[in-house]
Amino acid sequence: MRVVVDFDLCESNAICMQIAPDIFEVRDDDFLYVLEETPSEDRRSSLEESVQRCPKQAISIEE
Amino acid sequence: MRSSITIVGASLSGIRAAETLRAEGFKGKIKLFGEEERTPYDRPPLSKNFLDGEMPFERLSLISEEKILELEIELALGSKATNLDVESQTLEIEGIKESYDGLIIATGARARKLPNSDKIQGVHTLRSIDDSIRIREAFKSGKSKVVIVGAGFIGCEVASTASNLGLEVTVLETQHVPLCHVLGEKVGTIISDLHTTNGVELNCGVKVQEIQGGDHVEGVLLTDGTLIEADLVIVGIGAVPNTEWLENSGLTIDDGVCCDETCLAAPNIVAAGDVARWYHVGYGKSIRLEHWDNAAEQGKYSAQRLLHDEANNPPYAPVPWFWSDQFDRKIQLAGISSPEDEFEVVVDSPQEGRFTGIYGNEGKLRAVIGINRPRHVMQFKSLIEKGSSWKEALEFASGIE
Repeated sequence: MRVVVDFDLCESNAICMQIAPDIFEVRDDDFLYVLEETPSEDRRSSLEESVQRCPKQAISIEE
Repeated sequence: MRSSITIVGASLSGIRAAETLRAEGFKGKIKLFGEEERTPYDRPPLSKNFLDGEMPFERLSLISEEKILELEIELALGSKATNLDVESQTLEIEGIKESYDGLIIATGARARKLPNSDKIQGVHTLRSIDDSIRIREAFKSGKSKVVIVGAGFIGCEVASTASNLGLEVTVLETQHVPLCHVLGEKVGTIISDLHTTNGVELNCGVKVQEIQGGDHVEGVLLTDGTLIEADLVIVGIGAVPNTEWLENSGLTIDDGVCCDETCLAAPNIVAAGDVARWYHVGYGKSIRLEHWDNAAEQGKYSAQRLLHDEANNPPYAPVPWFWSDQFDRKIQLAGISSPEDEFEVVVDSPQEGRFTGIYGNEGKLRAVIGINRPRHVMQFKSLIEKGSSWKEALEFASGIE
């Protein structure tokens, strides 16, 4: 699976960073960086939670 | 085994509950009733970038029609629940009786109104998409004097949006500093400064006597006799949970539907979102939240709770979190702050326009606020979840570059 972030929608609320800090990081410049674009299958539930809890619905998973 | 679960309320909590029921493998009927005619939509942009016209309507959608079909959700819009009888497990929707095996109450809250202002044109509250469209049209009609009653988060966001559109904005607030009952005086003053430096006229420590006008609003009369002229008035004085339909239900209602620590209101009935008041074990008291994140999470939790009715269900005890966008600032708060808390700015400074501040009492870290500092808010939110002490929070802060 691949993590896709729509950066036009992302407002760096950083909720995803709290749920999956190994995949998402909001840095000091306030921008979101995807640290792991193709996470392993055991990270799926955290990734799905990040998708659901993003207030901007900016994250999606591509299979 | 239940054959049907009914969800009353088709906004964020209700939708998330429906999705969760299917994700958890529930195979029975899911009936979802929404009072509004509109297909389910997201509310935060209604005071922000939907209000200023930047965001198109399609972007507000909470769930696609394909998804509703795929999940086999029986969605009925324009369907208001008018009664519930817990004993016979029967609902009344638009006067028609409906039985259920399991019930999720997610009827949300509505904007509180000022008395006797309903008939005056140009007086608005903001809760629905139609409210937002009406206010936007009024903004664009050349009526430039906007008066906002209440400097809470909605009032502050609308003030920011209106001011960015070039309108003349006056905000009226009863407290001497906006938001100080939640954020304390220091942070309230920072937010107040943000508005005044952006040209908003902030009038604090005043009380509204009445809205004046014949057919159309002319102004807002204060209790001290001052008349503030207005072409358009937006009232942002809080929200009231939608519980009237439950008055004869047998459920306990007290500023929300009262639930136990697992969001259970009665056997086979859970509540979620703005309408739910539940016992939060972490805070040792019952609370009700009106946050986007809570509506989503509690919707999910309540659906799981209904499906897994076991003796040892984990309590629903999240650290609350919300955000507010005002001018070019993203304000985020995690935890529950109180004006009596100790408060310390731990990263940067308010003068720089971005900072992180923490709230604590009795030696514990209680809340974190960030203005354009989302990274740190989430880091401190994790510390709050761990039950960190004030000292540990300060130590962590000293390690931040």
